Amino acid sequence: MDRYFLEHRAKVLDLAAFLDRVDRAKADAADSDGDFRLDSLRGAIALLLDGESDRAKRVLDLMSDPSTEPIDAAPMKGATGAWDGFKTEATRDGETG
Amino acid sequence: MYIDPHVHMVSRTTDDYQRMALAGCVAITEPAFWAGYDRSSPKGFHDYFSVLTDTEPKRAAQYGIAHHTWLCINPKEAEDPVFAREVIDIIPEFLECESVLGIGEIGLNKNSRNELEILEAHLQLAADHDQMVLVHTPHLEDKRKGTRLIMDAIKNHGVLDPNRVLIDHVEEHTVRDVLDRGYWAGMTLYPDTKCTPQRAADIFEMHGTDRLWINSAGDWGPSDPLAVPKCRDEMRRRGHLEATIRKVSFDNPLEFLSQTGRFRTDVQPTR
Repeated sequence: MDRYFLEHRAKVLDLAAFLDRVDRAKADAADSDGDFRLDSLRGAIALLLDGESDRAKRVLDLMSDPSTEPIDAAPMKGATGAWDGFKTEATRDGETG
Repeated sequence: MYIDPHVHMVSRTTDDYQRMALAGCVAITEPAFWAGYDRSSPKGFHDYFSVLTDTEPKRAAQYGIAHHTWLCINPKEAEDPVFAREVIDIIPEFLECESVLGIGEIGLNKNSRNELEILEAHLQLAADHDQMVLVHTPHLEDKRKGTRLIMDAIKNHGVLDPNRVLIDHVEEHTVRDVLDRGYWAGMTLYPDTKCTPQRAADIFEMHGTDRLWINSAGDWGPSDPLAVPKCRDEMRRRGHLEATIRKVSFDNPLEFLSQTGRFRTDVQPTR
């Protein structure tokens, strides 16, 4: 705890400040709500507090493409960091069809 | 004393060689990779392979670092299979070079059918020439799926011994599968997009130190050519034995790479 607390206190503050920044930007970027990356981040934060172990593995699993078959063609060279089909429970509840 | 078994020195300065040597690096291996842009012809790859087999060993030797390489066309340039096969056709002429350890880093990037076709062509090339293999696994959200597709492709190919294949860039969600299937596994130490030195130390504590190594994969993106000594330092601060630290940063790469019969750690500085 002595070795790692301050480092991770700073990381939690970074995360808090990032979410505040997203909130402030909403007026200019109305589509930030529903962004699959933000949804996956919120899902990961919830997972951190569920009391279960293997958090790092489960966060990576949560952000992974769950499909198993090769895709027809690569749409780009890079990666976004989250699966674009991810939706939180709250997002799914708000779906109309 | 340590080995960095995956670093792209063609993208780094000579100062990095000097800093790595000062930190205790005695040997490296440099897999062929995507340069940040698509080459316009197979001749561009011929020039690149010449740099990897001739220029870089000389740069490294100035600082007493033994340089080795792996050859391939990276999956990021495999979406055009005709072009990729033209590049694969020029690889055999370089396999006689004494610093070439095998075929790599092959694998998948976005997990497409064309990438898979070219991965299978590389596996056949390795089998035809009795070469060892270094595998790149995809980035971020594509890693878990791609790692499984790659291991299935190797298994279905049926010729390569898993003990002669290293699957790189494992993280918490892929390391167990890779080790359980009998492969060697590499952890890449990146500031943002792969393992940090702290998480790599965690993975050693959770999964053991057999058939597992660490590398910097230093290249033209956010990366740190001194990441391996930083992970060694992290393990030392946690109280790991020097023998354990040596195992993951020297003995394990030495054991795997010595299967090639070409790996060495005894280069004398030439400057």
